[in-house]
Amino acid sequence: MAITDNTNFEPKILAFCCNWCTYTGADLAGLNRMKYPDNIRIIRLPCSGRVNPQFILRAFQKGYDGVLVCGCHPGDCHYTSGNYFTRRRFLLMKRLLEFAGIERERFQARWISGSEAGKFRDTILKVTEEIRALGPNHRMKEADIYD
Amino acid sequence: MKYSYFPGCSMEATGIEYAKSLNYVNRAIGLDFIEIEDWNCCGATAGHTKSHELGIALPLRNLALAEQQLPGLAMAVPCASCYSRMKYALQAAHSEEREKFSRLIDMPVEGSVEIVSIMDIYSVEKTKTAISAAITKRLSNLKIACYYGCLYSRPPKITMAHNIENPQNMDELVRLTGATTVDWAYKTECCGAGHHVDIPQESKPLLYRIYKNARANGANALVTACPMCMLNLDMRQGAVNKAYDENFDLPVYYLSEILAIAMGATFKECGVASHFHPAKKLLQKENETKEVV
Amino acid sequence: MARAGVFICHCGSNIASVIDVEQVAKSAEQMTGVVYAATNKYACSISGQEMMKQAIIDHQLDRLVIASCTPRMHETTFRKMLGKTSVNPYMLEVANIREQCSWVHTDKEKATAKAIDLVRMSLAKVLKNQPLFTSSIPVCKKCLVIGGGIAGIQAALDIADGGYEVTLVEREPSLGGKMVMLDKTFPTLDCSACISTPKMAEVGAHPRIKLMSSCEVSAVSGYIGNFEVTIKQNPRYVDHDICTGCGLCEEKCPTKLKSSFDQGLGQRKAIYKLFPQAVPAKPVIDAQHCTKLTKDKCGVCAKVCPLGCINFADQESYTTDTFGAIILATGYQLIDWGSHYPEYGGGAYADVISGLQFERLVNASGPTEGKIKRPSDGAQPKSVAIIKCVGSRDVAKAHGYCSRACCMYAAKHAHQTIEKIAGAQVYIFYIDVRTPGKAYEEFYDRTREDGAVYIRGRVSKIYEENGKLICKGEDTLIGKQVTVEVDLVVLETAMEPAANSGQTAALAGVSADKDGWLTEAHPKLRPVETQSAGVFLCGTAQGPKDIPDTVAQASAAAAKVLGLLAKDELETSPMISAVDTSKCSGCRFCEQVCPVKAISMIDIPSIYNGQKVKRTVAQVNSGLCSGCGACSAACRTGCIDLLGFTNKQILEEVDALWQ
Repeated sequence: MAITDNTNFEPKILAFCCNWCTYTGADLAGLNRMKYPDNIRIIRLPCSGRVNPQFILRAFQKGYDGVLVCGCHPGDCHYTSGNYFTRRRFLLMKRLLEFAGIERERFQARWISGSEAGKFRDTILKVTEEIRALGPNHRMKEADIYD
Repeated sequence: MKYSYFPGCSMEATGIEYAKSLNYVNRAIGLDFIEIEDWNCCGATAGHTKSHELGIALPLRNLALAEQQLPGLAMAVPCASCYSRMKYALQAAHSEEREKFSRLIDMPVEGSVEIVSIMDIYSVEKTKTAISAAITKRLSNLKIACYYGCLYSRPPKITMAHNIENPQNMDELVRLTGATTVDWAYKTECCGAGHHVDIPQESKPLLYRIYKNARANGANALVTACPMCMLNLDMRQGAVNKAYDENFDLPVYYLSEILAIAMGATFKECGVASHFHPAKKLLQKENETKEVV
Repeated sequence: MARAGVFICHCGSNIASVIDVEQVAKSAEQMTGVVYAATNKYACSISGQEMMKQAIIDHQLDRLVIASCTPRMHETTFRKMLGKTSVNPYMLEVANIREQCSWVHTDKEKATAKAIDLVRMSLAKVLKNQPLFTSSIPVCKKCLVIGGGIAGIQAALDIADGGYEVTLVEREPSLGGKMVMLDKTFPTLDCSACISTPKMAEVGAHPRIKLMSSCEVSAVSGYIGNFEVTIKQNPRYVDHDICTGCGLCEEKCPTKLKSSFDQGLGQRKAIYKLFPQAVPAKPVIDAQHCTKLTKDKCGVCAKVCPLGCINFADQESYTTDTFGAIILATGYQLIDWGSHYPEYGGGAYADVISGLQFERLVNASGPTEGKIKRPSDGAQPKSVAIIKCVGSRDVAKAHGYCSRACCMYAAKHAHQTIEKIAGAQVYIFYIDVRTPGKAYEEFYDRTREDGAVYIRGRVSKIYEENGKLICKGEDTLIGKQVTVEVDLVVLETAMEPAANSGQTAALAGVSADKDGWLTEAHPKLRPVETQSAGVFLCGTAQGPKDIPDTVAQASAAAAKVLGLLAKDELETSPMISAVDTSKCSGCRFCEQVCPVKAISMIDIPSIYNGQKVKRTVAQVNSGLCSGCGACSAACRTGCIDLLGFTNKQILEEVDALWQ
């Protein structure tokens, strides 16, 4: 197998962030003028527990190279229990996606609080590099299936 | 009833009285202790202080032997140190370390053996009834401070003891003889037996406070079920008296000795004749005790 | 056809210096559904808002995308602006091109491309937005306070003084809680009963406070502004409407019992007032010990009562009332130390007592009239050991948390012992001395100067020898074992949540932490609110604390309630879940995941095979729903959706990005 050089590959990553912790953390990263790659797009949701598995499947269908689900730290959920559901659902989803051949790095969950701007930036940096190293995702992608 | 039997090294040396009296009582009540063949030292007290592996592997081999030779029988361990080491080994056999130790001793081991002390064995309701029935003398002038020692209850995570500070099962057995037992505070405190050879200055105060509290609570004798404690409490009473300018006169008996005497054993038969601290006199006062009809 | 307007904010140079805003506007203009796109220097300013309002009129816009700072900053501002236009305030999406674009990227070209992408995402969402309307719920202007300790008393008085009706429910036969048992309060050494009994009397006499003693809350339903609460009145066997509290029955009752108020050190009768200054100042019968009720013998109280208020047939009864707000002030109890500390005798030694027992001993109205006497023989102790952290900060034995008040009252107990007993020797065993409070450290210093000996270490064993209690412990500062011989040992035991406080709180939808303390909405910024809107908490129900903190928190909770009750109606967010009953299968999955119990099941008529049948479907209580969307993600038929964040909207967002 030929080794592909992915250094110039720009991955498309989607992050679902809860309004109370991670979205706030991302805002704080901006307020602190921290820099991170522009490979990330954030969709704001009230709670990570709002993330319907359908959203993730759709993202991979639409050709995203990675999906990130972010919420409050366990125990800190604004709605008390939402992120516990997220955690369980995430683990199930992850196994399903791995079964479908999607590398584990492409679907990750992170708990980032509203004060952890640095953690937010570091996460984006790390995840971007991990996915960049993997190269483009073709699994489940509509265009590749139907073309 | 049958038990597999791990005597440990004391029972044939310093604890010979314990072995003699246990034999006497067991015969009287029809208990059968079957000695494990090819048993080895449990490792106490030096083994586990040197290495965790040694401390577990030595007693674990005995567990494995018992499992092989006498499957399904609980293992009677008369010495508190052995008892403690066996409990540690049993816990290791139930942990993720089992395979590692199984390889070390080169034997399969499951941890299916129940480890029981003499107190546990004699407290079984049926056995207790048999003991009661075999007792012919009432030792009513004995006021006993039951000394359980530290290792039967501690550490509770290993021994799974329920009543760590104030256990009662030995007291209940002693009371079967008609003796009274006193409520006292040093039932499960360390007697310092393990340290008396190398650091006697640390060990003596431990003995002293045991005698002191027993006497303060009105005891005229101590009863124990551990050969190490026995050795220490019995042999060194004179030295403590000298060091503290005291006059403690507390004969020390094994639990089995007391039971054997109450069952009619002679001093020779049960070993009371060979104690360091004079132990016969107090029992001879039993002249006035009446034969139970 | 949708008529969307897109507005790109420069935010001065905050956005415009990195993002080519004109380019973004130009691209937006090309997008489907957009009829107008423009930039603005400061969209949030008055002129910026006027410009957008004008554009709405000029271009007949029906929805807006504003690309600016984070929606957490100005979404509300823009919604308010839309409230004054023809556009529904919820037909708005804010694209975050400042915090999450211009401030975090440096490459202008890439940042501009991302900004366009974010606008496209917001546009895709706004095209699926539906107009939403806030509704309002009426507020019942009455508050329920659960717990009649100092926290409940303070909160009830503050609210009643503010002009609103309060019902105060207390499980015991009298108000007062723990504070009224105490002798003196640290660090000022005020007489505790002297400062708390007037407040109790004030509650009893307040025209707007309904005091319900010997009562418990048995059910709570409803939501903020409208809680339906069922209160159980436990039988008192004395008709308090007639009783004057003359005390004759108590005097003649032949059954003597250990007084729980005196912590078992004093006596009371089977018909009793909890203590002399009890409020209400009327007796109740202890049904467990009254010989008339247990053996049908005696009945002396009924014979001597001049007004005939004794009723041996009294039964528990239930009342239901509506409240706008609830305050949980259920308080604490002390740990049953005996079962955790067999090494301290496990309760076998009469002279090893708890701190609260010491309070009763040293209290002038206590069983010894304030003379410190050993419970065993009534002798005056010449030496006392005080042991702190019994049950607190001890993960192996009991609780990991610090009980907060003990360091100070241990110092107080030492001080009182030295003051009352000439030449008394006091030893205090401690782990740390924590004195964070006004004049607390000074009090501790004074106690040491008084002569109390502080020994840093835990006590490992207490036993009796020759009439003395021997405490063995370690002095960790010198690394040596220490043994002290004393006449009395006082254990400063851990606070625990009051029995059943967790169950009571759960009725109101409030959860407890691993130790059983009730959970506040936010530990820093919402300390007296709970996750259940309209339910507040204060005092030791929330965690161990001393009296000043308890009172401060009680007043804070009262202020929150006053703020709530001052409103006639409450506006509710329309961004809540909604059920499409035609698709709902009634699987109840949403009901289980809902953190605020906003979902319940109802039967609706339906037609199946031409027959009229009943079908179970979910319904959402708009007063309770907090809009988290957990139900929506869990719904297997996709029938329950979160308005404002519907599945369709989010999927459109996913599709729109990276085109």
